[in-house]
Amino acid sequence: MAHKTTIWKITSLLLGLGLLAMIMYGCPSQTGMLDTGDAAQRVYVAPGEYDEYYAFFSGGYSGQLSVWGLPSARMFRNIPVFSQDPESGYGYSEETKPLLMTSYGFIPWDDSHHPDFSHTDGMPDGRWIFINANNTPRVARIDLTTFETVETLELPNTGGNHASTFVTENTEYILGATRFSIPYEMDKDVPIDSYKENFDGSLSFIAVDPESGEMSMDFQIIMPPYHYDLGRAGKGPSADWAFFTTYNTEQAHTLLEINASEFDKDYVVAVNWRKAQEYVREGRARTVPANYYHNLKGKNTGIAVSNVHDEVLLLDPEDAPGMIYFLPTPKSPHGVDIDPTGEYIVAGGKLATVIPVHSFSRMLEAIDNEAFEEVINGIPVLEYEATIIGEVENPGLGPLHTEFDGDGNAYTSVYISSEIVKWSLETFEVTDRIDAYYSIGHLMITGGDTPNPDRKYMVGLTKTARDRFLPTGPKQLHPAQLYDISGDRMELLLDFPTIGEPHYAQAIRADKIRDNVKQIYDLDENQHPHAVKRPRDARVVRDGDVVRVYMTNIRSHFTPDNIEGIRVGDTVYFHLTNIEQDWDMVHGFAIKGANSGEVLIAPGETKTIVWHPQRTGIFPFYCTAFCSALHQEMQGYVRVSPVGSDVSLSWRTGDE
Amino acid sequence: MKKSTRLGLVLAALLLIPAYFTPIWTITLKAPQYPDGLGMHIWMNDITGHERHDIRNINILNHYVGMKEIDPELVGTLDIMPWVVGGLMALAVVAALAGKLWLAWVWIVLFVVAGAAGMVDFYMWGYDYGHDLNPRAAIKVPDMSYQPPLIGRKTLLNITASSWPYWGTLWIGLSLAVGAAVTARNTFFDRK
Repeated sequence: MAHKTTIWKITSLLLGLGLLAMIMYGCPSQTGMLDTGDAAQRVYVAPGEYDEYYAFFSGGYSGQLSVWGLPSARMFRNIPVFSQDPESGYGYSEETKPLLMTSYGFIPWDDSHHPDFSHTDGMPDGRWIFINANNTPRVARIDLTTFETVETLELPNTGGNHASTFVTENTEYILGATRFSIPYEMDKDVPIDSYKENFDGSLSFIAVDPESGEMSMDFQIIMPPYHYDLGRAGKGPSADWAFFTTYNTEQAHTLLEINASEFDKDYVVAVNWRKAQEYVREGRARTVPANYYHNLKGKNTGIAVSNVHDEVLLLDPEDAPGMIYFLPTPKSPHGVDIDPTGEYIVAGGKLATVIPVHSFSRMLEAIDNEAFEEVINGIPVLEYEATIIGEVENPGLGPLHTEFDGDGNAYTSVYISSEIVKWSLETFEVTDRIDAYYSIGHLMITGGDTPNPDRKYMVGLTKTARDRFLPTGPKQLHPAQLYDISGDRMELLLDFPTIGEPHYAQAIRADKIRDNVKQIYDLDENQHPHAVKRPRDARVVRDGDVVRVYMTNIRSHFTPDNIEGIRVGDTVYFHLTNIEQDWDMVHGFAIKGANSGEVLIAPGETKTIVWHPQRTGIFPFYCTAFCSALHQEMQGYVRVSPVGSDVSLSWRTGDE
Repeated sequence: MKKSTRLGLVLAALLLIPAYFTPIWTITLKAPQYPDGLGMHIWMNDITGHERHDIRNINILNHYVGMKEIDPELVGTLDIMPWVVGGLMALAVVAALAGKLWLAWVWIVLFVVAGAAGMVDFYMWGYDYGHDLNPRAAIKVPDMSYQPPLIGRKTLLNITASSWPYWGTLWIGLSLAVGAAVTARNTFFDRK
């Protein structure tokens, strides 16, 4: 009995304490529910309402770029950029195939990491968004009136374009760099262990035409054979400068996880691109052999055309004094991020125990005072103490990327300890930290990389979902988290799966884009050479083994929809013109046995798919997009006859 | 005829000028897929879409139930109407210059007749448009016709059609009101 009494006493005591705690702090579970409820309200965008921001998440190894709304985290679109997309026919249609052409031939895939907007006065202007391809080095431009990839440019003599696409204050340049140093000389065949003699790094400066957006490889800078990891353009006082991080200054070529992690410090590279541009205009750059593709979609034809270039301008820092400096930075730094004032250069010291912060004004002083430790290949190495202004202590393990809220706070993603730390740009002390789920790479604050951030939302782009959602097998989608940063403390609002493997993201106020978005392609402006704008002009034309079908699409029929006289061995081009002029009224096309994807044709657009009939018979084709009430009836037949058949070429729709 | 009556008749003529520059009628079709509606403006001499491609899109939707294409070129009234209105303007001016009240009354009667004829023609056009359906249309609803309302709102299958006068009708109405008012005043109250 005594035993029972003790239990009773303890139970009563615990209950009492629990009640007391509830009186003092409120019911714990209820508090949790209230938090959740409030967060739900803050991300809720009512049906039919619009989000406040467009966000663009890179696709990583999907090679694409997904478009989201914030704060709802609803996905609007997945834009194919560097990868074929069987869903839309991108990279399958004759018009879009050239966008995937490189000096290595047609490449249907790449790894896209870092989107960046075109800028005017440092702010995203909503005209274009650029994104890099890491594997076969390229950059692409996406038109934000159509959300379609309109241009790709290959980077010559580059091994992995990772520090890209970071855009300067007025879109003068897109940055690029070699992530994996390789011999700069084109196609040079050398032993891998001759790394130190034969390998080089390079930085690329891609010019953008301010009117058309057309990109061109303006010049490259040859660099020591380090690995160039990430970049950023300066802002305000530092606007004429570009910054890159390096790792592997050890110049290892095998087992880099050990061999490239030896030195306590690597470098932040500071390049005065304005000065580099002057040197190039003065003729200090050499013209060197190269082989790279530039692919541009014709404005009114919709057809991408490839141009091959065979030389590039190369600037050697030895010939260009006062243009480029190394800032020693601990340790294998990953991100290099410039605060809104343009003064602080924050490096993500990936393997460092602190977040090192350089001062731009101190850097200029150090240059004036020639506070150099040494000079490497014509590049002065500034003294660490001369440029560093702060080291943030206790940042967690593996700090990578930093963005800013414009109120003197910085937010750094920390990979290994899977968290975001908030710290002060005045005291360089950590003021808040919050968990990431799990292993965060980049983070993105609305406007957080601009001179004028919106202190509203922060997105954490994490690498593994593990237990966060209903499981989907050994491979799961990469998650992201949405945080509210408007208050003193960071608050988690939402945890959601993404598509592809988002590395970095960008956000822009919706009104910067929304009203400029096209609803249709104007049929009157369609100058595709194989367009047919009226059903009565539809026809089939044979020229030897090549047959061209000029076909119109409108709800709910193709013209023509019966075609005879095709022979085995022909090459048949279906030129499909969607003659609708109604928003979102898309038609598709697929034919049995075609070795490609479908094509989707937007209103007013012409798209071409090629078909090689290999067997005789009747081949149905149909509209793949549920366009209308009689979509199911939107179909046709092609009769394929044997080689040498005398079935004459004929076509019809209806009773004609 | 009083001077003010003459001025009133000239004003009535002038009030018809803006009717050439603004639609006289508007028809709006709303459907679930078209929350902002598709629509037509009917001008004295033309039919246009509310938005650039609306007529095209209305025709595409209408073909499913077998309605004829709306083609302004084929609507004869649109060729006549500018001349009728021009004639009314000329007559008002002639009546004012001649100073003959009976001419003003002729003007009023012709105006009313022309207006009524216009409405009857519009109704007939709508009737034909809504009833003369292609017998091979994909969608056939027994006893269903698609005549838009002359004025007001009507639901036709999934589409709610609204038909209302537009600014042009206001100018025409004002012209008649001014002309009739000054003529009536001169006739019944100011006879000297």
